[in-house]
Amino acid sequence: MVAELEFLNSIPYFSGLDPAELEPITRLVLEKTVDRGELVALEGEPATNLYIVASGAVKVFKTSADGKEQILSIVRSGESFNDVAIFDGGPNPASARTMGPVVLYKIAKDDMKAVLRAHPRIALNVIKVLASRVRDLLSLVEDLSFKHVISRVARILAEQVEGETAAGPRLTQQEMAAMAGTAREVVGRSLKILEEEGAIKLDRHRIIITDKGVLQKMMEFG
Amino acid sequence: MAEMPLIDPGKCDGCGLCVGVCHCNALAIVENVVTIDSGTGCDWCTDCEAVCSTGAITCPFEIVVQ
Ligand code: SF4
Ligand code: SF4
Repeated sequence: MVAELEFLNSIPYFSGLDPAELEPITRLVLEKTVDRGELVALEGEPATNLYIVASGAVKVFKTSADGKEQILSIVRSGESFNDVAIFDGGPNPASARTMGPVVLYKIAKDDMKAVLRAHPRIALNVIKVLASRVRDLLSLVEDLSFKHVISRVARILAEQVEGETAAGPRLTQQEMAAMAGTAREVVGRSLKILEEEGAIKLDRHRIIITDKGVLQKMMEFG
Repeated sequence: MAEMPLIDPGKCDGCGLCVGVCHCNALAIVENVVTIDSGTGCDWCTDCEAVCSTGAITCPFEIVVQ
């Protein structure tokens, strides 16, 4: 099945084009339905298609040598992934896995290059998309590479239990991220590191502070 | 009854993203709003919160001292 013209026109890559210009492009875009939990791109492998999420969500992540996953972004309807490898010709810098049932639109690398050559407008759109991606990744790099975020998360946890009331206070990862001035993805990683260091234990919907001394030390880290 | 993620029906636009990502089938859309079945084995993976762009479903952690 080919992509819907109306949908394509609504996404950042193809916005601002006349229907007449967009129509031939829709014929290059193929629909692909994928189940939950499928790997649709693998870090280090060559990429042959650019993907646009039509519905559902895809997580883009990197895996470290010891098997730890760091989510870089969650790609939702209208957003793309695989673009970096498509445009620079190198291997995939990250993996992508479907988080639920997903409908993807895919466009072959060579077709996309031809589209860019024929439509400077799309080339400008792509630059904009990639530039804002660089901006997001830079702020993620900053947070991931400096220990201060872990220490801030440690401090947030410690402050929550200062009163030591019977019912513990409750915070979502989103709220902790806002309090620490970082992204949700970074909080997830910080909590895992705090757990590895033995300061806390994650027990389903509970964060148990198992060693206040270690938590204190992690607070002074940054 | 097991603790379950919280839902704010007022914020939910019924997009269904969370339903698709939940690996224990705890979520469903009923009359355009997400509902939760507390009888399922939710493991607090927080994926539903991660994909929801309106903040309608949240997985708060209780912070306790051992
Ligand atoms: S992802 Fe959010 S807005 Fe969409 S159905 Fe689920 S709770 Fe509602
Ligand atoms: S936390 Fe995970 S298992 Fe629980 S309802 Fe959300 S997506 Fe489903």
